[in-house]
Amino acid sequence: MAEKRAAGLFDLRSVLALLFAVYGFVLTVLGIAFTTQEDLDKAAGTNVNLWMGIGMLGVALLFALWVRVRPLTVPEPESDQDA
Amino acid sequence: MVVGVHLLADADLRLDAAPIDYVLLGVYFVVVLGIGALARRSVSSSLDFFLSGRSLPAWVTGLAFISANLGAVEIFGMTANGAQYGIPTMHYYWIGAIPAMVFLGLVMMPFYYGSKVRSVPEFLLRRFGKFAHLVNGLSFAAAQVLIAGVNLFALATVVNLLLGWPLWLSVVVAAVIVLAYTSLGGLKAAVYNEVMQFFVIVAMLLPLTFVGLHKVGGWDGLVAKITAASPDTASEQLNSWPGMNLTGIGNATLSVLGIVFGLGFVLSFGYWTTNFAEVQRAMSAKSMSAARRTPLIGAYPKTFIALIIIIPGMIAAVLVPELAAFKQGQDTGVTYNNAILLLIRDLLPNGMLGIAITGLLAAFMAGMAANVSSFNTVFTYDLWQAYVRKDKPDAYYLKVGRVVTALGCLVAIGTAFIASNFTNIMDYLQTLFGFFNAPLFATFLLGMFWKRMTPLAGGLGLIAGTASAITVDVLNRNDVLNLAGQGASFVAASAAFVVDIVVSVLVSLATRPKPDSELVGLVWSLTPRDQLRHDDTGENAGWYRKPGVLAAGVLVVTVALNIVFW
Repeated sequence: MAEKRAAGLFDLRSVLALLFAVYGFVLTVLGIAFTTQEDLDKAAGTNVNLWMGIGMLGVALLFALWVRVRPLTVPEPESDQDA
Repeated sequence: MVVGVHLLADADLRLDAAPIDYVLLGVYFVVVLGIGALARRSVSSSLDFFLSGRSLPAWVTGLAFISANLGAVEIFGMTANGAQYGIPTMHYYWIGAIPAMVFLGLVMMPFYYGSKVRSVPEFLLRRFGKFAHLVNGLSFAAAQVLIAGVNLFALATVVNLLLGWPLWLSVVVAAVIVLAYTSLGGLKAAVYNEVMQFFVIVAMLLPLTFVGLHKVGGWDGLVAKITAASPDTASEQLNSWPGMNLTGIGNATLSVLGIVFGLGFVLSFGYWTTNFAEVQRAMSAKSMSAARRTPLIGAYPKTFIALIIIIPGMIAAVLVPELAAFKQGQDTGVTYNNAILLLIRDLLPNGMLGIAITGLLAAFMAGMAANVSSFNTVFTYDLWQAYVRKDKPDAYYLKVGRVVTALGCLVAIGTAFIASNFTNIMDYLQTLFGFFNAPLFATFLLGMFWKRMTPLAGGLGLIAGTASAITVDVLNRNDVLNLAGQGASFVAASAAFVVDIVVSVLVSLATRPKPDSELVGLVWSLTPRDQLRHDDTGENAGWYRKPGVLAAGVLVVTVALNIVFW
C-alpha cells in the first residue's frame, strides 16, 4: 500500500494552484510594468494582462484554499480495491 | 515590450510571439510532463492504466468529460460557426449536448458502471456477443487512431501558421509529448491534463469575450454592427430559432425538427452516450455516484462555455477587417476557421498571447491524448485480450497497453503525414467515422430496454445503420439531395438511427434471443433496482450530489438561456 499512499498525496488542485500562481504573477507584472500604449489601444483601453493576472492569482488562491479546507484523504485499503 | 520574432513578415496570421510567451508555453509543458511522471506512481495494474483504477473524484472526471471534447476542432469549428451563423450555433451545446449528457448520467451510466465493463465495446460483448463487439471494437479503434492523426496534423498546421515551425517538427514534438505522458501515467495523466487544459482554455476565451464585447460597444454594439453588416440575415444570426441558416433547411418547422431530432437526439446522444473516448472518463470515477455525476457536473460548464466560444466568433466577424470583408464575399485570404486566431492577434498583448497559444496547443494535444488513451484500452481489452491472447497475467496486459500506446502514436504520426498530402480525404474519413456513432445509440437504446433484441440484430443493425448514413451522405455530395449547411449530417444521422431500429427489430423477431439469466445488469427490465442505485452516504451524501437535482438544475439553466437568446 505504500505506493498508493504516495500517489494519493499528488493532488491535482495543488498543481492547478501552482500553475495559475505562476501565470498570474507573470501577467500581473507584465500588466503593471510592461504595458505599452499599443497594447492598450488593441484592447480599447483595457489592461488585459493586469486584469487576467489578478484573476488568475485569485483562482490560484481558491484552489489553494480548497486544498487547505478539504485535504486529500488517503483512501482506506478496501475502498481502494472496489474495482 | 519585446520585439516579436517575425519569420515570414507577409503572413497575416503570424502571431507576434515574444520570448515571454514561449516561457509561459514552456512552463505549461513542464507541468504536463511532471503530471505524467507523478501519475506513473499510481499505475500498478492494467485497470490503473486504462481506467485510472476507478479512483477519480467527480469534479475531475466531469471537467475531463467536456475537456476531452473541447479540442481544437471544436474551438476552431464553433467560433467559425459563430462568425458565419451567429446565435443558432448555440444549438450545438444547449440542444446538441446537454440533454444527452443528462441522459447518460441519469439513465445509461448505472448500466455502464454497474456492470463493471471496462469499455463501451465490452458492454456490447456482454449484451450481444462477439459479432456486434467486433464490429464496434474494430471501427472504434481504427477511427480513434486515424482521428488522432487528424488532430496531430491540425496542430502542426496551426503551429506552422502561428509560429512558423515546419510541419514535421511540430508533428513529432507533439506526438512525443503526448506519448510521454499517456504511456507513463495512463488515463490518469490524460485526465489530469484535460482538466488543466480546460482552465487554460477558459482563461483564453474570457478576455476574448469581454475585451471583444467592450471593443464593439457591448452587446448592443455587437447587435448594431451585425445588423449594419448584413441587414438581410441579421435576425437569423441573432436568434437561435428556427436556425434555418444553420441547417440549410428552407422550411422553419422542418428546420426545428432537424435540429431537435437530428442534432439534439440522434447525433448528440450517439456521440455523448456511446463514444468510449467520452464514456471512459465517467468509467474512471471512483464510485457509481461519482460516475453518474460526471456528465452532469460537466454539463454546467458546457452550458456556459457556449457563450464564450460563439460570441467571440460573432465579434471576430465584425471586428476583424479581413473577416468582415470575407463575410461580404471578398477574397481576403482568411476563412471563418481563422476567426479565433484573428481575434487573438487583434486583442491580446504579449503575455496573455502566450497563454492563448498554450491553450490552443494544449487543446490539440488533449484531443489527441483522448483518442490515444481510448484506443489503447479498446485495443488491449477488446481486441488483444478478447481474441488474440486470452488468460495472461494482468501485468502482461499493462505492458501491452504501453506498447500499443506507442504504436498508436506512431500510426498517428503516419496518418498526419498522409493527411498533409490528402487533406480532403482526411476530412471525409472523419465524417465517415462520425457515422459509426449514430446507429450505435439506437442499438444501445434498444438493447438496454428490450430484452428480446438478439445478438445477430445487434451486429446487423449497426452495419445497416452505418451504411444508410453513408448512403445519405454520398447522395448529398453528388447533389441527389440538396442540403446546404449542416443539415446533411442531421439527416444522415436520423436515417442511420431509424434504419438501425427497423433492422434490429426485424432481425430480432426472426432470431433467438439470449436467455434472461445472461442479461442481468445489462437490460433494464431484468436488473434488480438496487443494482442500479448508488450509495448516497459518506462523501456521496448531500442533496447537491443527487444526480436528479444536478440534472434538473442544468436543464433549467439551459431552458432559461434558450429563452434569453430566442
